[in-house]
Amino acid sequence: MKIDKEQIQDMYLRMRKIREFESKAQSLFAEGKIPGFVHLYLGEEAAAAGVCACLDDEDFITSTHRGHGHIIAKGGDLKYMMAELYGRETGYCKGKGGSMHIADRERGILGANGIVGAGHNIAVGAGLTCSYLNNGKVVVCFFGDASTNQGTFHESLNLASIWKLPVVFVCENNYYGISMSQGRHMSIKDIADRASAYGIPGIAVDGNDVLAVYEAASEAVARARKGHGPTLIECKTYRQRGHFEGDPGTYKPAKEQEEWLKKDPLPRLVNIMKETGFTDDEIAAIDNSVAAELAAAITFAEESPSPKVESTVEDVYSDIVEEVRVR
Amino acid sequence: MSVMTYGEAIREGMSIRMREDNNVVLFGEDVGAFGGCFGVTAGMFDEFGEDRVRDTPISEGVIIGAAVGSSATGLRPIAELMFCDFLTVGMDQLVNQAAKMRYMFGGKISLPMVVRLPLGAGVSAAAQHSQSLEAWVTHVPGLKVVYPSTPQDALGLMLSSIDDNNPVMYLEHKAMYAAKGEVASLDPIPLGKGDIKRAGTDVTVIATGKMVSEALAAAETLAKEGVELEVLDPRTLNPLDVGLIAQSIEKTSRVVVITEECKRGGFAGEISAIIAEELFDLLDGPPIRIGALNSPVPFAPVLEQYYLPNKDDVIAAVKKLA
Repeated sequence: MKIDKEQIQDMYLRMRKIREFESKAQSLFAEGKIPGFVHLYLGEEAAAAGVCACLDDEDFITSTHRGHGHIIAKGGDLKYMMAELYGRETGYCKGKGGSMHIADRERGILGANGIVGAGHNIAVGAGLTCSYLNNGKVVVCFFGDASTNQGTFHESLNLASIWKLPVVFVCENNYYGISMSQGRHMSIKDIADRASAYGIPGIAVDGNDVLAVYEAASEAVARARKGHGPTLIECKTYRQRGHFEGDPGTYKPAKEQEEWLKKDPLPRLVNIMKETGFTDDEIAAIDNSVAAELAAAITFAEESPSPKVESTVEDVYSDIVEEVRVR
Repeated sequence: MSVMTYGEAIREGMSIRMREDNNVVLFGEDVGAFGGCFGVTAGMFDEFGEDRVRDTPISEGVIIGAAVGSSATGLRPIAELMFCDFLTVGMDQLVNQAAKMRYMFGGKISLPMVVRLPLGAGVSAAAQHSQSLEAWVTHVPGLKVVYPSTPQDALGLMLSSIDDNNPVMYLEHKAMYAAKGEVASLDPIPLGKGDIKRAGTDVTVIATGKMVSEALAAAETLAKEGVELEVLDPRTLNPLDVGLIAQSIEKTSRVVVITEECKRGGFAGEISAIIAEELFDLLDGPPIRIGALNSPVPFAPVLEQYYLPNKDDVIAAVKKLA
């Protein structure tokens, strides 16, 4: 597949943004500036970037608890994301969602999700809309290896298959469901094999090779747009950090971690870029623009006000504010 | 003016909006050519076609989830769960997704979806097909809950439920589908507005669903003894018409709340608590709750009738208050 220089640059930009955002989120969380939990996407950047590079703004995605990468790759704005992580009024969700619930309906981002496997069903619903309206849009459902053990996975792939919905199911197999390794939580090696149960294509790709991901996703997206139904893509990748920040990841063998760090998707793409004719200056220019955007996002978050406590009961419904009768 | 059954009124409500708005779609188990387990959707497949009246596999999670995802992206879906009891299978999609998405996303997404939940006992369907789970859905912020007791209310509330931009749980009593009533208006009935089903001066009986007819039967009996019950049907459980309840109790100073739920932890308890907290000064006695027994719904007709609350329970409660 021919992938031009502009497309490579676009995917690198998405990956670099994710890498820097997540690295910063890691340190800001350690400094105590971000409340709650954060689940970092470090090491998995090629999956989100390669898939989202195949999508238009009007296409939809559903995401997971480890959602920052998907949201950035789909065009989410770093400053509203960072403000949400900080719990500020200016955040994507006005401080009501936090890291695990960022959404941007205007960009087709139907939300990160704190329930493992819940996005599958929602993606099928969005796929129903696209199919029913025949509007040529597609839905990408991102999820992890462990969520394919949930009933929602089965229900959703089955329904998407019989209704031929334009949904691309993208499994990021990062080899761990919290602390349980893939070898312990399922008896098969390739999750892509599960596609055969639904009579749909299942493709396993090197999830740390953004070009391989892009190629597989392009085909699946084209197939979905043509009305030929869903595809399951398994991106084999690795969660470089613990399940959440604060999880030391002691269950991960040191040698395994070391091997996967050698396969880090970013240096791999940089090598490809150099072979393709990108100069160091061109790459540095992208890196600098990302650094500036991220710095501005952090300033925006830190200077934004906290939400007013009265807003706690707003946005429960479209038309009524819940009365707090008696606490 | 026409006479319809409760089931026909539900169907007519859905059909009116489906004729007007292509974005209204209906899906669920066997709702298509089969016409629904109780025949409520009979004929809709022929009128609206397989694209708009869709059979789903037996997968309650994705039935609700498909309503969530399609409503978030532009459709106005009506999802039918064949039995309210099956809600337990798809509870994550309802409680963690449908109810919370608008809030978690800062009010920037709307879910105009209706979930139809046939509930209630009285047809010997036993413990897994007869429950009244009002408390489960009214407890969750982000859901609206309606529960019509007449064909007129069934039609008007269906229109408003479809028009609403929030997830609406539409409770329909399966033992009432054949009950007939006059349908004088094809207008929507606003959510959150209760209705006085019988005016009276002595005791307010707040009743929902099939218990409205038990309350009315009790009122007829007691009227012969000179006791006039006011029967109030909230029609919407959330938001609840507390204003109408207050107006009625202001007049009667006594109140009985009857629902078909197991008494412990039922929504009747919430209504009673609101009355006790906010209207205490109007009362001459404590609010009295009547519910079903705190057991699973039994199968044998003799057991099921014993399990269910009825008009005699209302009469006894009223006499206790006198």
